[in-house]
Amino acid sequence: MRSCYGLICGCGALWDVVSALPLQPRAVNVDLQTDATLQVDISDALSERDKVKFTVHTKSTLPNFKQNEFSVVRQHEEFIWLHDSFVENEEYAGYIIPPAPPRPDFDASREKLQKLGEGEGSMTKEEFTKMKQELEAEYLAIFKKTVAMHEVFLCRVAAHPVLRKDLNFHVFLEYNQDLSVRGKNKKEKLEDFFKNVVKSADGVLVAGVKDVDDFFEHEKTFLLEYHNRVKDASAKSDRMIRSHKNAADDINRIASSLYTLGTQDSTDLCKFFLKVSELFEKTRKIESRVAADEDLKLADLLKYYLRESQAAKDLLYRRSRALVDYENANKALDKARAKNRDVLQAETSQQLCCHKFEKISESAKQELIDFKTRRVAAFRKNLVELAELELKHAKVTMT
Amino acid sequence: QNSNFKENEVLSVTLSVQYLFQLDDDEEEEEEEEEEQEDKFDISISVKDPEKIGTNDMNAFQTPLPMFRNKTFTVRRRFSDFLGLYEKLSEKHGPNGFIVPPPPEKSILGMTKVKVGKEDSSSADFVERRRAALERYLQRIVHHPSLLQDPDVREFLEREELPRAVGTQALSGAGFLKMINKATDAVSKMTIKMNESDVWFEEKLQEVESADQQFRKLHVLVESLVVHRKELSLNTASFAKSTAMLGSAEDNTALSRALSQLAEVEDKMEQLHQDQATNDTFNFAELIADYIRLLGSVRGSFDHRMKAWQRWQDAQAALQKKRETEAKLLWANKPDKLQLVKEEIAEWEVKVTQYERDFDRVTATVRKEVVRFDKEKARNFKREIINYLECLLQSQQQLIKYWEAFLPEAKAIA
Repeated sequence: MRSCYGLICGCGALWDVVSALPLQPRAVNVDLQTDATLQVDISDALSERDKVKFTVHTKSTLPNFKQNEFSVVRQHEEFIWLHDSFVENEEYAGYIIPPAPPRPDFDASREKLQKLGEGEGSMTKEEFTKMKQELEAEYLAIFKKTVAMHEVFLCRVAAHPVLRKDLNFHVFLEYNQDLSVRGKNKKEKLEDFFKNVVKSADGVLVAGVKDVDDFFEHEKTFLLEYHNRVKDASAKSDRMIRSHKNAADDINRIASSLYTLGTQDSTDLCKFFLKVSELFEKTRKIESRVAADEDLKLADLLKYYLRESQAAKDLLYRRSRALVDYENANKALDKARAKNRDVLQAETSQQLCCHKFEKISESAKQELIDFKTRRVAAFRKNLVELAELELKHAKVTMT
Repeated sequence: QNSNFKENEVLSVTLSVQYLFQLDDDEEEEEEEEEEQEDKFDISISVKDPEKIGTNDMNAFQTPLPMFRNKTFTVRRRFSDFLGLYEKLSEKHGPNGFIVPPPPEKSILGMTKVKVGKEDSSSADFVERRRAALERYLQRIVHHPSLLQDPDVREFLEREELPRAVGTQALSGAGFLKMINKATDAVSKMTIKMNESDVWFEEKLQEVESADQQFRKLHVLVESLVVHRKELSLNTASFAKSTAMLGSAEDNTALSRALSQLAEVEDKMEQLHQDQATNDTFNFAELIADYIRLLGSVRGSFDHRMKAWQRWQDAQAALQKKRETEAKLLWANKPDKLQLVKEEIAEWEVKVTQYERDFDRVTATVRKEVVRFDKEKARNFKREIINYLECLLQSQQQLIKYWEAFLPEAKAIA
C-alpha cells in the first residue's frame, strides 16, 4: 500500500522527554529546547510498501559540518546501525545509550485494510467508507508514532554532551548517500542471539556481586523492580486501550445501523433513530480520541520508560562488569607480584581496569540521576496532559 | 413424571401483581384517524425476587392474591407457566389476528449454569435478564385490552397453584409434535401466494421484515459492545493494580503518590465501565431482543390472516366444484344425487360467507393491532433509549469528577 504523508512532526509528548534532558548546568528545565549548536528533527516521512523513509533535518552551528542546515533520508535499519555502534563503543560504556526506536510495524493495520477490502461486498457503501476512514486514521496514527519515536532517539543523542560529538552520528546526519547498512543476515542474528544469552547469564552472575557504593546498590535494586513493573504496566495499558478501541468500533457500527433504521421512513420514530445515530457517532469519535490520547500519554510513556530503564540496567551491568574485571585485575596483579613475573603487564592491565571502572562509575552516577529527573518530568507532563484531555473529552460529550 | 420437567425449572420468580383496576371503565378516547381504546386501567406488574429452589425443582412464586379493586397480591409461578400461558393465548387469539406478546426463550445453557450453582456474574446476569424480560412480557399482556379479558390470563394472575404446563417440554412428545407443526407451518407459508388487494398490508409486511433484519443486526452489535465493555472493565482493573505497583516502586515521593492516585482513578473507571455495560444491556440490548421477538408475533398475525384468506379461497373453490357437479348431474338427470349435491352446495355457501366474514374480521383486527403495535413501539423505544442516554450522561459526569480530583495531584509532581 502506497501512501505519502508529509508530516511536520510535532510529537509533543515524547519530545519533552528529550528536552527535559539537562545540558549545562545540570538543572531540569522542561521546556528547554536543545541549544542552537545542534538541532535535529524529522521533517518528513514517506511510507512505502514495506519500509519507511525518514527525512532527517539538521540545523547546526558546529564547525564539523559542511553546511549550517541540511537534510538526508534515512531508513529504520540505519537508526539501528547507529544505536548499535554506540552500544559497541567502549568509550560510551558509562552512559545510558538512548534506546533504539522500535521497528515500524504496519502489519496489523495492513491486515485490517485487506480484510476490509475482502469484505466490501457484505456491507453498505456508507459502512465501507466509514470503516475505511477509520483504518486510514489508525494507519496515520501508527505512522506518526513511529516518526516520533525515531525523532526522540535522534534528539536524545543530539542533546547528550558526549554522544552528540560521535563521528558515526555526524555521518548519519550528513552523509547524503545510502549508508549501505544492510540488515543483519541469519548468521549475524544467530550470533546476536547467543551474545544475548551469554550476556544475560553473565548479568545474573554479575548482579550477585554486592556493590560497595550505596548509591549504585540502591539503584540496582530499584531499577530491577521498576523495570519489571513498568513492563507489566505497559502490557496492561496496551490491553486496556485495545478494549477501549474495540468498544469504540462497536459504537461506530451501531451508529451506522441506527442510521439505516432511521432512513427507512420518515415517521417520528425514524427521525428519533437518526438523532440517536448522530449521538452515537459523536460518542464514538470522542471514545476513539480518548483511547488514542491514553495511548499517546500513557501507553507510549510506559513503553518508552520500559526501554530506557532497560538501557539504564545495561549501564549498571557494564559497570558491574568493569568492577568484576577490576577486581580480577587486582587479584592478577597480586599474583604477579607474588611470583614477581609480568608485574608491569599486570600493573598496566590493572590500571586500565581501574581507570575504566572509575570513569564508568562517575558518568554512570550522573546519568542515573538525570534519568530520574527526566522520568519524573516526563511522567508529570504526560499525566497532567492525560487528565486534562480526559476532562476535555468528557465535557464535550456532555454538550 | 417429575423427572421430565427437570430441564429448566430451577428459576423461581416472585410475581407480585397490583391491580388498580376498574372493571367498568371502558371509555373510548378519540384518536386522530382511528378510534382507539385508551387503556383506562392502571395495572402495574412487577416480577421480583428470583428464588432458587434446589430441592425439588419447582419454581415458586409468591403472589399475594389479587382481588379486584385496589388490592395487591402475589403468586408464585414457574418459568414453564409463563410459556404455557403464551401457548394458550397464541392458540386462542393468534388465528383471530391478535399480536400475542411472546415470552423470553428457554435457554438450556443459561439454566444449566444457574442449576449447577455457579455463583458468578454471568449467571446472575442471566437471572436478572430473564426476570426483567418476564416482567415486560406480563406487562404487555396486561396492557392489551382484549388479552386482559382472557380467563387464562386471570387464572395465571390469581390462582394459587397452576397445573404444570404440559406442552412446553422440548424433549417430551408434545414438544416434539409442536416442533413439527411449526415446521409444516413454515412450509405452507411458502406455498400460500396471497392475492393482496390491500396495499397497506403489503407495505406493512415489507416494513416488518426489514425491521426484523435491522434489529437482528443491531442486537448482535449491541451484544458485542457489552462484551467489549466488560473486557474493558476487566483490563482497566488489572491496569489499576499494575499502576499501583509501579507507584510503590517509584522512589520519587510525589510521583509515587500521583501514580497511586492514578491507580485509584482507574479503579473507579472500572466500575464506571461495568455500570455502563449493564446500562447497555438492560436499556438497549434487551429492548432490541424484545422487539425481535415481538416482530415474530406480528409476522405470525399476518400469517394467520393469510391462512384465513386461504380457507376462504379453498371454500370458494370447493363451492365452485360442487356447482359444476350439480350442473353435470342436472344434465345426466340423477335426481337423488342431485338433491345431495344441492344440500352440499347450501352448506358450502354458508361456509363461504362465513369465511369471508372471518377474513374481513381478521384483517380488521390485524390492522388495528399493527397500528397499536407501532405506536407502542415508538413510545417504548423513545423511553428506553432516552433512559439509556441519561445513564450515559451520568457516567460522564462521574468521569469528570474523578479526573478533576486527579489533576492537582499530577500537577503536584516535582
